[in-house]
Amino acid sequence: MSQKSFVWSCLLPLVMVTAAFFLLPMVRLVVTGAEGPQGFAAYLAILIEPRYRATLINTVLLAAATTGVTLIVATIAGMFLQRHRFPGRAVLIAMLTFPLAFPGVVVGFMIILLAGRQGLIGDLSSRVFGEKLVFAYSIYGLFLGYLYFSIPRVILTIMAAVQKLDTGLEEAARSLGAGPWAVQRDVVLPALAPAFVASGAIAFATAMGAFGTAFTLATNIDVLPMLIYTEFTLAANFATAAALSVGLGLITWLILALARSFSGSAVAAAG
Amino acid sequence: MSTANGHGASVSVQACGKTFADGTRALESATLDIARGETLVLLGPSGCGKTTMLRIIAGLELPDEGGTVLFDGKDVTSEPIEQRNVGMVFQSYALFPNMSVADNIGYGLKVRGVPRQERAARIAELVALTNIAGLENRRIDQLSGGQRQRVALARAVAIRPRILLLDEPLTALDAALRDRLRGELNRLLRALGITTIYVTHDQAEAMELGDRIVVMRKGTIAQIGTPREIYFTPRNRFVAEFIGAANIIESPVEDGHLVLSGGRQPLRSGINLAVAVAMIRPETIQVVEAGRAPLSGTIDSVSFVGDRQRLVISGTSRKPLTVDAPNAVQVRPGEEVGLLVAPESVRLLPLED
Repeated sequence: MSQKSFVWSCLLPLVMVTAAFFLLPMVRLVVTGAEGPQGFAAYLAILIEPRYRATLINTVLLAAATTGVTLIVATIAGMFLQRHRFPGRAVLIAMLTFPLAFPGVVVGFMIILLAGRQGLIGDLSSRVFGEKLVFAYSIYGLFLGYLYFSIPRVILTIMAAVQKLDTGLEEAARSLGAGPWAVQRDVVLPALAPAFVASGAIAFATAMGAFGTAFTLATNIDVLPMLIYTEFTLAANFATAAALSVGLGLITWLILALARSFSGSAVAAAG
Repeated sequence: MSTANGHGASVSVQACGKTFADGTRALESATLDIARGETLVLLGPSGCGKTTMLRIIAGLELPDEGGTVLFDGKDVTSEPIEQRNVGMVFQSYALFPNMSVADNIGYGLKVRGVPRQERAARIAELVALTNIAGLENRRIDQLSGGQRQRVALARAVAIRPRILLLDEPLTALDAALRDRLRGELNRLLRALGITTIYVTHDQAEAMELGDRIVVMRKGTIAQIGTPREIYFTPRNRFVAEFIGAANIIESPVEDGHLVLSGGRQPLRSGINLAVAVAMIRPETIQVVEAGRAPLSGTIDSVSFVGDRQRLVISGTSRKPLTVDAPNAVQVRPGEEVGLLVAPESVRLLPLED
């Protein structure tokens, strides 16, 4: 066997795995999406049909809000944790990573325990204001669940990025007369931009597609994964479910690609 | 070019020590006065406290209780660096990677709210001064080490600081570039005439740039003086060995003579000591024919370095002597020679360490 054909034969397992687990199911999904009564128009329906479109916008907004709030909270917390030494710091960091171990179902369960009908927040608010505050079964509960899910991942990424920051940059900015806010705005945040994009992308993709939490909280939350589930299992509408799946994947991928290309220029500018 | 506030401020460091949170004593209580317009070099090996001293003057570190820093007689100890109006050049340059060269240089002016046009004029002035014309729109990662160093300097000077602080600004460069930029930096500092504090571990840099040098060791000041004072009259063995090359000889002194195995070397005064530590610089030893000098020895090795040749001579004292001879002198290893040293070239040092 020649050197060349040996190398090619080594690629065979990769080709087989790619075909079996990636290409074939994808093609099948795309084809199924077009096999309904509307044909390929089913894909257009995602954007045209008001219910689908509202759900799509809802999902993107929810994911964007989750990403935004996660980044803000995690940046402040990560910065503090990386820059300060205090008793119990190691334990706190270890505990922060604990939510990583939970599946979405458990996170959903915890949100119900917190903000559900028998939840802690409801108890407190009924005692203080005489009115029970319950939001676990709505998109707000889902938002809280996704935050809980995303913040630990993002904090860890931000902490690693903060550790690599050249403190000389901040000192240089200060020596030039920049106050604390100006230092953050002009030096620290631009330097952290690549970390924001990398960890934000993970938070965003998770919030777009996570199913377990949504399913645990309620079956009537208008987010894409739930819509796919109901179309598929309850309405047995395979074509629409497939079209929605492809749409979900494409939109998430597109937004991440945009963020990456944007950050690509930011990273280049950041040296 | 002159700065708006004349030639910077005078600096007075009074009883400033520094103990870090983990208990490390980086700087013993030290007092230091720097005149307006003077270039002072803090020189010493790593860990000697020179950078800590610089950071205390800059306002990046607070001195231990009781220490004060005065600029032009005014106590600035509690002012953070952003209020002290000092220009600082860092060893890593710390240029902002998200800004162009021009934006880096203009950053301090922008923070101060200087209008765009005025800023542009000042940037152009500094670009010309530091010789980086044509690089204004470059990104930092497109610059060479030498160019970065100039941008860092331009950025620090742009704000017309009262004091210019430089933390090993040439250390990150390769040797040839370092030599060239040292000369350039020297001219620039003289032209600016601003109070400058310069930290380095390189004694050649300290010699060339400093009006005065502060030699530091283990958190204390070993000696303060002009380059000549430091070189010719070191106060102790550490300074003698750290600055330039030095032969350190331990021997008894009889009637004003060092008593060595290779002969008796006369001193300036006729003292008697059981044991003395003497310093003789290699270039002050003259190689003559054997028997025509009070000292004699055998040439161990000859290394020709171009402008001079460095000889190692054994048999004169306990440790081999280093001698710098003119490059035209004909000598061979194994040869017996006489060594002539003027009495004033032998400096007795205190016995400590």
